[in-house]
Amino acid sequence: MKQLWLTAKLDIVESLRARWFQIYTLVFGGIVALLFVFGLTESRVLGFIGLSRLLVTYIQLTMAILPIFVLITTVRSVAGDREAGVFEYLLSLPVSLSAWFWGKIVGRYIVIFAPVFLAMLGATLWATFQDIEVPWGMFGYYTALLAVMAMCFLGIGMLISAIARSTDMAQGAAFMVWLALLLFLDLILLGVMIQGKVAPEIAITLALANPLQVFRTAALALFDPQLIVLGPSAFVILDLFGATGYKVFALVYPAVLGLVSATIGYVLFRRGDLP
Amino acid sequence: MIQFSQLAKTFRRVRVLDGIDLAIGLGERVALIGSNGAGKTTLIRCLLGEYTYDGKVTIDGLDPRSNRTAVLGNIGFVPQLPPPLKMPVGQLIDFSASLCGTDPARIHGIARRLGLDVDAILTRQFVRLSGGMKQKLLIAIALGRDAKVLVMDEPAANLDPEARKIFFDLLAERLEDATMIISSHRLDEVSALVNRVIEMDMGKIVLDDKVADDVTLTARLACRIVLKRFEPAFAKALDGWSFTSRDADLVWEGSIAGPDRLRFLGIISRYTALVGDLSLSEA
Repeated sequence: MKQLWLTAKLDIVESLRARWFQIYTLVFGGIVALLFVFGLTESRVLGFIGLSRLLVTYIQLTMAILPIFVLITTVRSVAGDREAGVFEYLLSLPVSLSAWFWGKIVGRYIVIFAPVFLAMLGATLWATFQDIEVPWGMFGYYTALLAVMAMCFLGIGMLISAIARSTDMAQGAAFMVWLALLLFLDLILLGVMIQGKVAPEIAITLALANPLQVFRTAALALFDPQLIVLGPSAFVILDLFGATGYKVFALVYPAVLGLVSATIGYVLFRRGDLP
Repeated sequence: MIQFSQLAKTFRRVRVLDGIDLAIGLGERVALIGSNGAGKTTLIRCLLGEYTYDGKVTIDGLDPRSNRTAVLGNIGFVPQLPPPLKMPVGQLIDFSASLCGTDPARIHGIARRLGLDVDAILTRQFVRLSGGMKQKLLIAIALGRDAKVLVMDEPAANLDPEARKIFFDLLAERLEDATMIISSHRLDEVSALVNRVIEMDMGKIVLDDKVADDVTLTARLACRIVLKRFEPAFAKALDGWSFTSRDADLVWEGSIAGPDRLRFLGIISRYTALVGDLSLSEA
């Protein structure tokens, strides 16, 4: 356990000094600042006003940015470290492979989750200070959603890093994964269904297997509990899970997907050549 | 102590190590030499448990792959190319010391002996140090613990003559209780450090020879050079070797570390036309 925390601490210090982290923090801090500057807390959409309006917009923007950011930065730094000889040296020290791999994941998880969470927390504190009502239930669920989103894409990123033998390959693979998930968002599935080439059941299963779509629908569920904007597929989702059930599914499934991906990554990392 | 049995490693159908059989005992100082692609680095990485392989590698009977922490706890490693770590020097020392179960003060002490002002660079990023400073720090981390095996890849390449002298002294202090494997492209760089030479080529051992061990690591050689005429380039070449000159810069005197004599003579050989007399004698 000591080795795991040492590795996690090491990864945190390395990340804090990396340029990607500075940009990452600036992006999410900047989003919240801009949403306040543009007066989003005073605007209204579908009955949402105040901080809930800001949180809805923030989570939508985060869902667009966080996955690709996490995937690319994770594979770049892990595969990059391997190529640059960092693994050769640090893995010549007496650290167990499990402590090294999971320590890296823990450290990186803290580093990628902290800015998105702190930006949202900052917005909440500012709202409290400004006497704007804070929707704590929504804040709690969105925090959990961001936590599992980070876990999911970090796990996938570590799996790609374990498979790819070069930074270029790892980056390419991460981008392709993100693109594939993006292509299978509901609008494209709907288009395919309209053409009659895929059975509706398959389309909905694919949508439910796509973590990007799962997050999107879960965020919408708070915004629109009947999921009216999803059209007929909302009936399948609500019949299958129920409103609360889907919210739970949206937290459990991506977390499991991230953990399983990371575990497969660990097994491959352990079995193969380290540097 | 270290045993390689039928060790083989293949990368994408290219056999990089081809059935290596080798035993290295306690106290041996082995020069691992060979051209690029000979298999030296691959052999070292197999020894460190970083590569999968066919055959068997054991250190004190333990497989470095399945007993990582136990085996690596006894190995001090100095890579040829320092890793581009962004962490501060202080954290690298603490991290290594904590994993290796040693006191960071011991690493600080060795770094200071090598001429590195550790306190002044504790908060500086490792990657921002000069090549020589990085090398000194990595040597200090490798030697700052009770490692039974020292694996060093061109360890003295970036060191100035004064630091090399101290490095040889540090190695001399470990002669009784450590096995050393020193990898290099050139035998003359390491020949005086070792008592056994193993040459590799195309993944095989092509030479395994014991060498005379007459010059000790701590030996000092008094040197006197008389020039026929002075050239500024000659003075520049001796910069760092702590030589003094007299008689209008025509007579140069100083001392060099015994293991450094071939390297020193290599430098002097560039100015053969200038040298009227040269003497080296044990101090």
